[in-house]
Amino acid sequence: MTALLHQIFSGLASGGIYASVALALVLIYQATHLVNFAQGEMAMFATYIAWALVQAGLPYWPAFLLTLAIAFAGGVVIERVIIRPFDKAPVLASVCVFIGLLSIFNSLAGFIFTYTIKSFPSPFAEKAWYGTRFMSPHEVGEIAVTLAMLVLVYAFFRFTPLGLAMRAAAQNPVSSRLVGIRVGWMLALGWGLAAAAGAVAGMMAAPIVYLEPNMMGGILLYGFAGALLGGIDNPWGAVLGGFIVGVLENLAGGYVVGPDLKLTAALIIIVGVLVVRPSGLFGYRIVTRV
Amino acid sequence: MTALGYTQAAAPTRQVAGLSVSAWRRIGLGAALALALIVPFWASSYHTFQFTLVVVYAIALMGLNLLTGYNGQISLGHGAFYAIGAYVTAVLVQKAGVPYWATVPVAGLVCLGAGFLFGLPALRLEGLYLALATFALALVTPQILKFKNFATWTGGVQGILMDKPDAPWGLPLDSDQWLYFFCLALALPLFWAARNLVASRTGRAMVAIRDHPVAAATMGVSTALTKSLTFGVSAFYTGIAGSLGGIVVGFVAPDSFSILLSLSFLVGVVVGGLASIWGALFGALFVVFVPNYADQISDLLGERAKALPWAIYGVLLIAFMYLMPTGVVGMLRTAAARLVEGAGRGRSLGKPGA
Amino acid sequence: MISRRRLLQTTAASAAALATRSLRAWAANAPGVTDKEIKIGQTMPYSGPASSYGAIGKAELAYFKKVNDEGGISGRMINLLSLDDGYSPPKTVEQIRRLVEQDGVAFIFQSLGTPSNSAIQKYLNDRKVPQLFVATGATKWNDPKRFPWTMGWQPNYQTEAHIYAKYLLADKPDAKIGILYQNDDYGKDYVIGLKDGLGDKAKTMIVKEESYETSDPTIDSQIVSLQSSGADTFLNATTPKFAAQAIRKSYDIGWKSLHFLNNVSISVGSVLTPAGLEKSAGVITADYRKDPTDPRWKDDAGYKQWLEFMKKYMPDADLADNDHPYGMMAAMTLVQVLKQCGNDLSRENIMKEAANLHDLEMPMLLPGIKINTSADNFAPIKQMQLQRFNGKTWELFGGVLSG
Repeated sequence: MTALLHQIFSGLASGGIYASVALALVLIYQATHLVNFAQGEMAMFATYIAWALVQAGLPYWPAFLLTLAIAFAGGVVIERVIIRPFDKAPVLASVCVFIGLLSIFNSLAGFIFTYTIKSFPSPFAEKAWYGTRFMSPHEVGEIAVTLAMLVLVYAFFRFTPLGLAMRAAAQNPVSSRLVGIRVGWMLALGWGLAAAAGAVAGMMAAPIVYLEPNMMGGILLYGFAGALLGGIDNPWGAVLGGFIVGVLENLAGGYVVGPDLKLTAALIIIVGVLVVRPSGLFGYRIVTRV
Repeated sequence: MTALGYTQAAAPTRQVAGLSVSAWRRIGLGAALALALIVPFWASSYHTFQFTLVVVYAIALMGLNLLTGYNGQISLGHGAFYAIGAYVTAVLVQKAGVPYWATVPVAGLVCLGAGFLFGLPALRLEGLYLALATFALALVTPQILKFKNFATWTGGVQGILMDKPDAPWGLPLDSDQWLYFFCLALALPLFWAARNLVASRTGRAMVAIRDHPVAAATMGVSTALTKSLTFGVSAFYTGIAGSLGGIVVGFVAPDSFSILLSLSFLVGVVVGGLASIWGALFGALFVVFVPNYADQISDLLGERAKALPWAIYGVLLIAFMYLMPTGVVGMLRTAAARLVEGAGRGRSLGKPGA
Repeated sequence: MISRRRLLQTTAASAAALATRSLRAWAANAPGVTDKEIKIGQTMPYSGPASSYGAIGKAELAYFKKVNDEGGISGRMINLLSLDDGYSPPKTVEQIRRLVEQDGVAFIFQSLGTPSNSAIQKYLNDRKVPQLFVATGATKWNDPKRFPWTMGWQPNYQTEAHIYAKYLLADKPDAKIGILYQNDDYGKDYVIGLKDGLGDKAKTMIVKEESYETSDPTIDSQIVSLQSSGADTFLNATTPKFAAQAIRKSYDIGWKSLHFLNNVSISVGSVLTPAGLEKSAGVITADYRKDPTDPRWKDDAGYKQWLEFMKKYMPDADLADNDHPYGMMAAMTLVQVLKQCGNDLSRENIMKEAANLHDLEMPMLLPGIKINTSADNFAPIKQMQLQRFNGKTWELFGGVLSG
């Protein structure tokens, strides 16, 4: 029984990381109706920037906040300079651009920081009171951070005029322009927020998985799966999807098929769920008009 | 341009320099064919090998283009069908002693079935969700290939080595040249068949489903059957490519078929030009040669920049997309249309009172 | 419609091509070698899942630069062409063919990766091109009868696992062993080696085997499974990132075990420190190299020689990465072979001298470990020594063993 509990808790801990990446994907999707495949590599690069700041002597929290600012600015610049020209191009051309960005960030990180793994500090003390044998203080902390981000994102989109403007710009750019929304800047803002959210995800993941250029590949995959499982247009759903994927992966490996086919089992289950509910567990169904 | 932005082929009837556009097309085709036949005699063995890979990837990209370009179903997982094709060939050749050329149609048919079976549940998925499902397929396939219970058949993580076939019937060709012609001889009818498929009623149904799925259904197109069949045919092409690829390289292992392969296929299809037959060839040239050029460019930057080629590849890819968002074929079509327009305008200006 | 002109042109072109082909045949007995240069090639995973091993290629390039700065080998400069294959066998085949057929290298040196080398082994042997000092620990490279042109370099993974098995059979015969291994050639070789070394007792001693893919973000779930299986001995056959995770997680969940760590991941600086030095105390490994981040070698002559090399030729490199001494020593082994060849740098002679190394010592090999090859022994390094981590450094114990 303790073994089962243990696996579940361990799954929740990794699920928290997937959930935070899923949240960043939802942010980008809500703002642009595209999924940015380069999200993971951008998050990894931002985490390296944070690492460099800490190495240079900055204490954790100032480095954290400065990294968020840099990531945000970076996201905005990338959108304006690289993504903007592909506004009118086919969707798949944008996908190729994302693949290009992915290669660039991954390769640059390896070139600048080398491939040896690096420790990344955690803001949560090693022996804090909220840690248990099942979950270290950092793992508890990162789940809390993920949930806090979720609340912030949800509140932003639901209750603020800016959030509403962003959602409108993504869903119906033409009408939005007519009511005075600066659609271009909404997209840039969306990218900036998503980049910042990705940076948080990276900085929360790095203490557990260790910082190296290929750190986010697997995490992005599970985050993507989680976001779609929960519904890509629903932040609550995406976060829940992330947690489900984490626990599912652990239980599948531990009890259902054994570790050799863990990835296979997890993905088959996720795809199976999607076939039954094609917009995800909590996504919104779109009924088309002829 | 449609919702997803595919360009339609212009059908001009004017003439450029005394010949109609279709005549020019035929000349271009003939020249390309002649060039293709000369390559193995003029290029070194190594280059012939590379061009053989171009032919193989072109077949794979043709398959993916049928699905993604003409039918609008995004697949991030065609590497899986390529892998299945390669393994079918390897297992049949090494474990069952089947001659290599006989395994190629078998690989194709196995993938046809696999693609169709995968296409059925995938019917319910659209866009992003289909992308995830195919992505999952690409990730799962290497793991299944490594699975220890299948290792007696698949060779597990060690993979399977194959002998390189020699030219049959005592032809004065070396192994590389023979394989080039073998692949080319298979590619040409496959391309011809694809062209006919696309121009047929089924082809039009595929495109209709891509552009206006609901309208297509109301007009009597059997959406489910067409989509699943397209998946199957697309997998058939890619499976044959995988089989040929396995024969040409001489080795299959789970590590050969990572997610990067599937992503390269997608990049190739987009760079070449969606919904075009020739796009497959240009895409294949990009996939085989551009990473090597990125390597050479990065060499100029010195030895520290050993991993940088992929950053340069990313830059090149983005630049390509910027210059040709509808792919090489899209750009050629636009250029051709402009040429024809210009010629036509020149004509009518020269005829006062016409 | 083919015009007559075109037919003539084609025929002429083909004839010319066939003629030049024969002219392009290499200088009779020393391909890749001129008076000024020895050209050699390799493929390394500079990108992709195994990209951390690219450091080996970089170290080798740097070492040959040093050799060239000091005059080369009897006046000939070593020119290493190091290409990226992304750890993908089809790409390896393409790059190796380019090196052999287009660049005309003398031989292939230290290509990395088991699947990559498997893909090119037959091609190189058929063409009689030496596949020297293959950079993988797989067991299959020591087969001079079937593959006379292929030679390994490092002690193979099964040898290492045999050493652990021997230790367990002698010191802890009732151990309950749990294994964590990477689901590829490298990881599986450890499992095979351990089972082989334990013989009949393998079935009763090994209680749980867990694997992982390099795309898995964490292996926490596998560690939990291993603990709950009741294992009290742990074979950790993982690469650095996952090794550090395994050490830390085992400690955090309170799983106390006799922990054997494979020597790919034993760097104090790049694995044990991120994992936590106190958490790594008690870990055992078998190695053949000196760990550059281990303070005990501070005053050792061999270490100082290595450090000087790094400072001068790789000033920006991470000194904690033990791929650098590996690359340097492989390069030094090659330099010895080339020196032994004298002026006969034909492929046959290179292979002959590679199989003719006797008690060769290297600055970063553990004391007592030497390189030896012969006509029926294509495994240059076979010895290792057990060592235990005491929280600060590795302490050698037992003697030098052969697996």
